[in-house]
Parts: sequence; C-alpha cells; structure tokens
Amino acid sequence: MPVVLQGIMTILVGVGGCVGYFYASNMILDRVIFPARGANIGRNINRANAVRPWLFMFPAIFVLSLYLVYPVVGSAWRSLYGRDGQDFIGLAYYAQLFDGGDFTTAFLNNLLWVIFVPAASTFMGLVAAQLTDKLSWGNFAKAMIFMPMAISFVGASLIWKFVYANDADIGLINAIRAGLGWTDPVDVLQIPFWNNFFLMVILVWIQTGFAMVILSAALRGIPEETIEAAILDGANPFQLFFRVKVPQIMPTIVVVWTTITVLVLKVFDIVYTMTGGNFDTEILPSYMMDYFVTSKGFASAIAVVIMITVLPVMLWNIREARREMR
Amino acid sequence: MMDNVVGGKSSLTWLTHISVVLLVAVWLIPTIGLLVSSFRERDQISESGWWLAPFPVELTARGRTAAEAERDGDIFVVTGNIYDDAEAASYFPGGGGDVVAFGTRGVDPTEFDAGTVAELDDGETLRVEADGSYRWTTPEDPGDRGQRIYFAAQSPPEFTLANYGQVLSADNMDRAFINTLTVTVPATVIPILIAAFAAYALAWMDFPGRGLLIALVVGLLVVPLQLALVPMLDLHNRIGIGQGFLGIWFAHTAFGMPLAVYLIRNYMAGLPRDIIECAKVDGANDFELFVRIVLPLSLPALAAFSIFQFLWTWNDLLVAKVFLPSDDASKVMTVKIADDLLGSRGGDWGILATAAFVSIAVPIGVFFALQRFFVRGLLAGSVK
Repeated sequence: MPVVLQGIMTILVGVGGCVGYFYASNMILDRVIFPARGANIGRNINRANAVRPWLFMFPAIFVLSLYLVYPVVGSAWRSLYGRDGQDFIGLAYYAQLFDGGDFTTAFLNNLLWVIFVPAASTFMGLVAAQLTDKLSWGNFAKAMIFMPMAISFVGASLIWKFVYANDADIGLINAIRAGLGWTDPVDVLQIPFWNNFFLMVILVWIQTGFAMVILSAALRGIPEETIEAAILDGANPFQLFFRVKVPQIMPTIVVVWTTITVLVLKVFDIVYTMTGGNFDTEILPSYMMDYFVTSKGFASAIAVVIMITVLPVMLWNIREARREMR
Repeated sequence: MMDNVVGGKSSLTWLTHISVVLLVAVWLIPTIGLLVSSFRERDQISESGWWLAPFPVELTARGRTAAEAERDGDIFVVTGNIYDDAEAASYFPGGGGDVVAFGTRGVDPTEFDAGTVAELDDGETLRVEADGSYRWTTPEDPGDRGQRIYFAAQSPPEFTLANYGQVLSADNMDRAFINTLTVTVPATVIPILIAAFAAYALAWMDFPGRGLLIALVVGLLVVPLQLALVPMLDLHNRIGIGQGFLGIWFAHTAFGMPLAVYLIRNYMAGLPRDIIECAKVDGANDFELFVRIVLPLSLPALAAFSIFQFLWTWNDLLVAKVFLPSDDASKVMTVKIADDLLGSRGGDWGILATAAFVSIAVPIGVFFALQRFFVRGLLAGSVK
C-alpha cells in the first residue's frame, strides 16, 4: 500500500524536518552567528535571544500567513476576475450576487442558521448542564449527550436520514405519524421553510454537548455563597437558576454562543448531504461549493461574503483577547 | 441543595431524573437506529422499522411447487414443502417462519389464508399450510413445471454482518478507510510540534510585537476556511503539488494551526513562573528549557489538541473534496459516503448505515477513550 507508506514517510520527514529545523537553527544561531564567546559575548547573547523567538515561530507564521492570511487577499482579488482568472470584471460577481435569486435564499437561510443553531444549542446545553449537575449518573448522561461531537457531519446527516426518511418503515418521524393515524408519509426535508429547521436540528444535536460541557464547568465555578444567600432569601429553583446562576456565567455563555456562531458559517456538509441545497435549503457555504468547480471567481465572491459576515465576531474576539492580556 | 428549600424535594428530583432520561433518549435514539440498521437484512429494513428489529417481519416471497405428481384417480397431486424450493428459501436466509397467506398471482400474493383450500382456474386446487407444506391438485399432468406460489410468511428477526462484508469488500470502503487514516495521522502529528514551539515563544519569550501576534492568532481562529479553498488550490496547482495527499496535509496543518497555537499557548502561559525562572537561573537557554521542561509539562494540552485535530481531520468533508482528487484511489470515507453511496445507493439503507457506522466508529472510540483530555482541552480553549 504505497499511500500508507507515503503517509508514514510524511510523518517521518515532517516530524524529523521540524525537529531538525528547530535544533539546527538554534545551533547555528548560538554557535555560528552570535557565538557566546569572544569579545562581544554579552552583545551576542542578547542578539541571539532577540532572534530566537522568530526562529521558534517561523514555521507556524509561515503556514498561517500562506494558508489563512494570504487567502483573505487572494480570494478578494480572485473574485474580481472572471471564470478563467484572466479577464478583470470588477465587482460584477457581487452585483450578480445581490441581483437576488439563490444568493438571497442562501443568505436568509444562513441568517436563520446563525440565529437558531447557537441559541438552541446554548439553551439545550445549559439545560442539560444544570439537570445533570447533581445527578448520580450525571456523568454518564453527559457522555451520551456529548458523543455526537465525535461524529462527522456526514455521519450525523446519515443518522438523521433514519429519522427523517419519507417512509414509515424507516423514518422515525413518519413512523410516529403513522402510529398517530396519518397514513401518508411526508418528506420533512421538502416542507418549505420548515425543512431548514429539520437540518438545523442536526447541528444542534451535535453542538449541544459542546455547550453543555463548557457551561457545566462554568456552573461549578459559581461561588457557593451566592447560591446559599439566594436560597436563604427564599429563591425558588427557577429564580435561583435564571436570576443567580445564569447572570454569573454570562461571559461563558457568550463565548459558547460566538464559538457556535462561527462554526455555523463553516458547515456545508449537512446541507450538502441531506438535500444538496434543493427545496430552498441552500446556505452560503453550500452555495459556494455549487460554484467551486464551474466558476472560481463567483465562488470566491461568496467566500468573501462569508468572511465579511464573520468579521464582527472576529473583531470582538480580538478585543476580548487583548483586554485579557492587559 | 436547592431542592430541599422548596419542600418538594422528591418530586423535583424525580422530575430531573425523568427529564434527563428523556434527553439522553432523544440524543441516543438516532445513533442506535443507525447501529441496529447496519446489522439488518435489506428486506427486513424495507419491511419494518429498526425499532421493530427484535420482532419477526412479514415478508412476501415467491416460489414454485415441485413438478413430480402422483396420480390419484383422474387428478394429479403434488405435495411438498414450499421452503424446499430454492427460490422461496432464498427470501429467508434465517429459515422461514409461519406462512400467513398465499396466492398464485403476483398482483394479489396474499389472496388466501394459510390452511384454506384455494380453488384455481381449470379445476386446480392449492392448499398451503402454516408450516409451508402444500398440496396442489390439477386435472392435467404438470409435466416439468410446478405451480407458481406467492406467499407471505413471518421472517424471524435476524442480524447479519453481510452489510459489513459488502461495504468493506465490494464498495471500496476499505480503501477509503485507509485513505482517511493516511490523511489524518500526519495532519495530526505534524502541527503539534510546530505549534508547540510557536506557543512557547508567545507564552514565555519577550519580544516586540508579541501581543499583536497573539491577537492575530485569535483573529485567525475564526477565519472561515472557505476563503482559502480557491487561492490555495490555485497555488497548489501552480507550484506542482496539485490535488493530492501532500496538499491536504499542508492544508490541514495550516487550518489547525490557530487553534493549536491558541490552546497550547494558553496552557503554557499558565505554567508556574518559578519553574521557568529557576531553570533560566541555572543557565538553561530557551531551547533546552522548552524541550526539557515546558514541553513535558504541556503534554495535556498537546493531547487535547491532537484529539481535536484528529476528530476534525477524520470527519472533514470540505477540505478533502477540494484538495484531494475525486478518484477512488484517494477518496476518503466522508467523500465516499456523501458522493458515492448517497448518490448511487440512495435507497440501500443497510449499506448506508453500515458505511456511516464504519466511518464514525473510530472517532467515537478515540473520543470515549480520551474524553478526559478532550474536555480539558475544550475548557482551556473557552473558559477563562
């Protein structure tokens, strides 16, 4: 199996190359360029220490700039050129996007996803975290709810096909309908508008575990005194939860919410596998992949739109990170 | 603790138990459905839902009676058991159950109840008993051709590994499995070392622009990777890598890098300052300090990231679709399932379920084995 061999070779070359690079570059820096001996020993050591961080960071900075920074510019640039990348067409693709039609559908659907999925996952995660918190078998329950995190979006879509299938002998929903007396099976993925929600449920199913684990840790971090004080003041369990606990973990809720929001804008697998974007379920990531082969310029324009959508979250994250470092 | 204040301690506790049971059930049932379906016969899947898998299924089958007739006065009598017919038996690999009804016409295969005598055209009669034995009488010599019988019978619940056999041998899934592994392992191992060095520099070395770089990494965490697809595939083509494993290793390494640097830096920054300063006083330079002290201490963070990266690369569909060629020799499992199986075998639920289960079994195993590290990593990345 030559592919496997190629993989093993890559690991060896990759890891060996990295170790070799870090080791050798340090050696050269300390022994050859700025040797810690001779007349300028003090100056040399300082200079070597000033260069060393950049040696350590060089491979990471290199791949990051190549694969994540350059593409921001590259995609924006490419979206101004036509199908073969030669003829300059300016903003024609953007004009085409906003002409309406499929893009509007995809954009509005994506808006639904961005609102519904993070809200539902965070809410379900919070409920699951609170309910399982004091339970003797809470850890087992948590592991079960957390498990979909390990499943691929493709796998999850297939799993949910067995719930949604348009056949009362395969799809759970239609079986329940049949049990209640409706004998005609429905294809829930073809119900206009609501089919989007059936797709979103899959992502909520996956992401609830993530929200639950993080919020559960945050709930445990709440100081006992505040809870005791609230109980002494006669708060009932619901007041305790919504008025005392939730406000205290608000920062974590926001982090979970934004993390899931960013994820939603990347997931194309579910729509691609379940409906292929048909029945008005298109979202931006899947819309982009529709054009990936036929029109790279148009696909780039969609990617740029996705980037612009994420931009507020990105700036907010950076601001938070900088505030923490101070 | 909150319960005893309200006084309704037990009722609220019970409510909690029941809610969590329901929640867990809702979360597990879809996956269980997939697992059960992957072990069922194709005919059984289309006849009854997976939730009925432990119960017998009524299948409609067809067969033909034997042709050796005995003469009885002026009629010919053929007797035998329908399950002795190879065609009829082929519907019931696990052995046939009770015959419920039978018929002689494909349009109405359950025209007569089992055990009754059916009057056919031309003075023929046919009776099929519940155990499958039949008696067919006809005024003419049947020659070498028996009577066609359609019948409905209970097929006992049956679980089989046939789907797995087919998925792994006939559908190229074995190749896809190896391809997935080939993509995943280098794409998980290589970023760790690169990220660890960078994380150390960002956590414990002093240089101008450090804050800016950390902010940049945080910003890159949310850059949608869709942006990289067109320009990087172009670049790969221009520099001659093209579509292939080398390209996807690079791509995954880079796409995982922001999270790797961020996670590992957060962890390293939390290491006790004393240890690092003691080592520096003892004359260790940054390289030795990193390799001998910081790296071993950061193992939990490295483990957490590698689980993330493993799950992410194993489960990825988008990057594989773009950076790998779409031939069978390099298809990974997710692409195989989404593009091949769903398209050409859209109705073959057993095969679909099995393929999906083969692809999710490894990540689920890894996940349950290393859940502790995974949770720790999630927390390090999100809770401050």
